[in-house]
Amino acid sequence: MLRFALRRLLATVPTLLVVVVISFALTRLLPGDPARAVVGDQAPPEAVERVRAEMGLDQPLPVQFVSYLGGLLRGDLGTAWHTGRPVLEDFADRLPATLELALVSLAIAVLVAVPLGIASAVRRDRPIDHFSRVLGLVGASMPLFWLGLLMINVFYGMLGWEPAPLGRIGQGLNPPTDITGLYLLDAVLSGDVIALGSAAAHVIWPALCLATGTLAVISRMTRSSMLEVVEQDYVRTARAKGMPETVVVGKHALKNAAPPVVTVLGLQLGALMGGAVITETIFSWPGIGSYVTQAILANDYAPVQAFTIISAVVFSLVNLAVDLVHGLLDPRVRHA
Amino acid sequence: MPDTTTPASAAPGAAPGAPAARPRRDAGTLRLLLRKPLPTAGLAIILAWTVLGLLAPLVAPFEPNRPDTAIKLLAPSAEHWFGTDSYGRDIFTRVLYGARLTLWTGLIGVGISFAVGVPLGAIAAFRGGRLGGAVMRLMDALLAFPQLILAMAIAASLGPGLLSAMIAVGVVGIPEFARIMYGLTLSLKEREFIEAGRALGLTTPAILVRHVFPNALAPLLVRASLGMGFAILTAASLSFLGLGVQPPTPEWGVMISEARGYIITGEWWLATFPGLAIATSILGFNLLGDGLRDVLDPRLRTSR
Repeated sequence: MLRFALRRLLATVPTLLVVVVISFALTRLLPGDPARAVVGDQAPPEAVERVRAEMGLDQPLPVQFVSYLGGLLRGDLGTAWHTGRPVLEDFADRLPATLELALVSLAIAVLVAVPLGIASAVRRDRPIDHFSRVLGLVGASMPLFWLGLLMINVFYGMLGWEPAPLGRIGQGLNPPTDITGLYLLDAVLSGDVIALGSAAAHVIWPALCLATGTLAVISRMTRSSMLEVVEQDYVRTARAKGMPETVVVGKHALKNAAPPVVTVLGLQLGALMGGAVITETIFSWPGIGSYVTQAILANDYAPVQAFTIISAVVFSLVNLAVDLVHGLLDPRVRHA
Repeated sequence: MPDTTTPASAAPGAAPGAPAARPRRDAGTLRLLLRKPLPTAGLAIILAWTVLGLLAPLVAPFEPNRPDTAIKLLAPSAEHWFGTDSYGRDIFTRVLYGARLTLWTGLIGVGISFAVGVPLGAIAAFRGGRLGGAVMRLMDALLAFPQLILAMAIAASLGPGLLSAMIAVGVVGIPEFARIMYGLTLSLKEREFIEAGRALGLTTPAILVRHVFPNALAPLLVRASLGMGFAILTAASLSFLGLGVQPPTPEWGVMISEARGYIITGEWWLATFPGLAIATSILGFNLLGDGLRDVLDPRLRTSR
């Protein structure tokens, strides 16, 4: 297993290097002029030249790349012009909000999708199966930004359900004592019931919105993977031995149906990160996603760039982890 | 649900390496597809949007871009079926015009992915060696980016606009086509009919174009149909974020973005209709793609 892990880790390194090259190329080789974007369309040429020199854009490309790579390794992601602060600090401030939203969404998606997918496969062509398949199709076709607006429109606009889709906690409330930065967890740890209720009420709608697409994909994958497995001989044998159905499904079938589901879950994290940008923007959630949208609107490229590269690194590492889990679940994978 | 195993096994031409059966398969594919309700519905939705988009100038009751403050924010009525927006523009008309732009963006986006990805995958597999390895490492790196985020980064660095959105959507889709083609070419190039082509003195491009490509077409078409749904969704998301098509162009993502300010005040029709349009067109391509996969590529079947 250790050799398998090392091999996969080594295979990830060149990919990450190419990821950095692509991100670099996106800023430097494409037609847009970052210096011009900073000073604005009306600025005189001298101002553009000055900013260009400040940003190191007057250096030859290889030199620029080396200093870019060096900066990345030191954690220097550039400066966000629209906030006047280092991008890394802005990200660090907003990371807990995004993490909280993503974790709650992921929990909703998995806790609903996996049982639904199993029920759908076990009760094939029964009402629960039809329901899950319709949900799978509709969920996968729903644009997130539309779903979010619909939710706000119906639940807040029409039904008047509080709270307003704004931020992570009620306006007059103090956030719970900062321990992890995740309001839900901090509120539990510090025993702050009021903050817990408010934070939960604020996170539930954006999290549901963000979870929809993932939920659809995971329930579909669980269903088809389970269907494949329950037709296998060893499942029939287990049934013939008189094993209770819950053990047959829960132990024999589920364990063998799990690997493809775990793989798809890893791949869904990419969709979740992209979806967070949109969901946070719609629900005014003060995380990294809404910050990136503000940067886009302000023509501020450094945060967009940094977000692109960080998300690719995180996504690659998660998929590396998924591969390792896959190897743990399935010996055939690690000895291949 | 209809049984999908029979049509799949009844389509022997779907297996790679049976060029003689190709014409029959093409005719048979559509027939097999139309035997099942979901892909038929998907095809019907796509055809409906295509026709509505093409005929928009003829069937739309109003001008898509003429503001009229006297009739702004009207609820749906007999005259304005989908209501009017904050500038007094007819939403039904704008939704119809939006169909053209959306389908075009999808087609061009998937076209770019296909036209770049398929040759890259084929060459990487056929040549192998360092070049092949380098190409596929580049594809791996592109796949390492979350798709929407890579599209955002590309569109942002090209500068917002329709063309940027098309290119961004297209580039993001390249690695998937390249990977599919790479895998197919690897398995095809060992087959006897390719060897026979070589023995006859055919050049590599001729083998790729005449023998490999036709045999790889089925899985590529499945990917293209599912890719259309993805392209439409991504392009609309880019417009919504301000990175794609710009207002006042009647585009579905832009319309929803413009509706954001009216969502709490009760003007529900501003966002609802363009959103339904996006959702149904994506649904159409997903249904068609799933159906095509069941018929053409039984090995990848998921919707059993």
